Amino acid sequence: MIDLIEQAQLLPAFFLTIQLALWSAAFALILGTVIAILRLAPVGVLNALGASYVTLVRNTPLTLIVVACSLVLWGQLGIEPASRRLPDGSGNPDFISSLNFRLGVIGLSIYHAAFVCEAIRSGVNTIPLGQAEAARSIGLTFPQSLREVILPQAFRGAITPLGNVLIALVKNTTVVAAIGVFETAYRMRWIAEFRPADLMPGFALVALGFVILTLPLGLLVSHLSQRLAVKR
Amino acid sequence: MSGAAVLFDAPGPRARRLHRILTAVGVLLALALAWVILDRLIDREQLTAARWDWLLTGTAWTNYLLPGLFDTLRAAAIAIVLSMVLALGLAMARMSEVAPLRWAASIFVEFFRAVPVLIMMLFTFYFLSINQFTPSGLNPLIGVIVGLTAYNSAVLCEVIRNGVASLPSGQREAGLSIGLSPSQVRRSILVPQALTAMMPTLISQVVVITKDSALGYIILYPELVTSARRIGSAEGATLPAYVVVAAIFILVNYGLGKLAEFVESRQRRRNRSAGGVVQAGTATLGAGVVDGGQLMQDAAGRVHTNVGDAASEAAHRRREPRDD
Repeated sequence: MIDLIEQAQLLPAFFLTIQLALWSAAFALILGTVIAILRLAPVGVLNALGASYVTLVRNTPLTLIVVACSLVLWGQLGIEPASRRLPDGSGNPDFISSLNFRLGVIGLSIYHAAFVCEAIRSGVNTIPLGQAEAARSIGLTFPQSLREVILPQAFRGAITPLGNVLIALVKNTTVVAAIGVFETAYRMRWIAEFRPADLMPGFALVALGFVILTLPLGLLVSHLSQRLAVKR
Repeated sequence: MSGAAVLFDAPGPRARRLHRILTAVGVLLALALAWVILDRLIDREQLTAARWDWLLTGTAWTNYLLPGLFDTLRAAAIAIVLSMVLALGLAMARMSEVAPLRWAASIFVEFFRAVPVLIMMLFTFYFLSINQFTPSGLNPLIGVIVGLTAYNSAVLCEVIRNGVASLPSGQREAGLSIGLSPSQVRRSILVPQALTAMMPTLISQVVVITKDSALGYIILYPELVTSARRIGSAEGATLPAYVVVAAIFILVNYGLGKLAEFVESRQRRRNRSAGGVVQAGTATLGAGVVDGGQLMQDAAGRVHTNVGDAASEAAHRRREPRDD
């Protein structure tokens, strides 16, 4: 078993999975927040921009987005998020792996930003209209009512859906195996091809790894959402 | 209720001016973005007729796109039917009085919700290939179906359970008081109501399954993304191929989403889902979004998320009347 973990490099693979998830979560959160702001803005054009992004991306398979990032964004349009040369001018030995990693992060971020946007919007939707009306009627200005009344409740309402997006993101990082990032799904394929006798234990280990990654996350999310829930 | 109603006052003259300025800025931003993309495309000679004319020849459609679409839909259709059947069984087992049955179903559900669909597909595919149980031509299809079914039946099981849990307790009590056994109450009173109310959620889940069937690309199942790659190399039209395939996916899934909205609004009109039955609005997706990433959204544009815990479930329910 230990021997299999070492040969299949499962630990580095899970480390890569975690890295993918963290980077994509950060970028998806930024992009998703921007799109949520567009969708919530009181301006028709901005709403339409945000809404069309969400509709287009949510209905496209992640596999397609990730593969297109590699074959179209890089292959056809020549957008290269990694450099071939190190700062001192010598060739970058990690060029291919860091290129694929970053393309994967781009694909995952684009996809999950749409879900982050919807999570934030659902957080805003949990606020009863009366809260805003009350804030106005006691004379708070617009920024004050946002700061003191609306946004604190919106963030708390968004914890559960955002947490669920994060859990889904951790599992969805496996899709970047399609563009040659050596994470867990890639390693699983390696086991199947080079040590077929160990397919069962390999699968058990990988599955266990994901249970270990997602179970605490789920518990944390439901704990946080209960502790921070707005009592109404 | 849109967020804007909570976030903003009805605009006065100054706010309206500001909105007009923001509109102009928005239009300019969109145009600038379109310009940057177009410029890049032209620069890379992606918009020449030579790259796109394959779309007009029948062979690209008959050789790649239509078979790809057929295979995508076939896998999705088989998977949704199997998941539904399995989910019903799982939900019954999870609500059963027999403890070992309950535990087994719980372990199944929790395990397959945690394991990524792709890992399950890879395992099934290679397991079948190595042991040669089935004709090797069928392995990718079976891999896709098993992966999708394992995950989605776990999710749908939770949807059914949530639906039953949100029925008024009077339904169960009435059933017991006329002398039905607990399992009869579940079979003939609770689950049928939950199922009717979860139709929209079920259709939305078809969108998730259709999208996830694209994972078959990785285990060599000839679905649409595979078609895109083949067209890309056969016609020298990588970018157009992916654009067209994405458009097909978006059309299919957008249509399914609209269908879910229609079914839901029809149910509301008929008032089938009265009394706190899983109004698709409160219908919660098991670990939510454990689903490969799809958050369910209903007609009003609200997002359904995992509401396993009572607190946020109650919050969702309270939110319901306000939204309509």
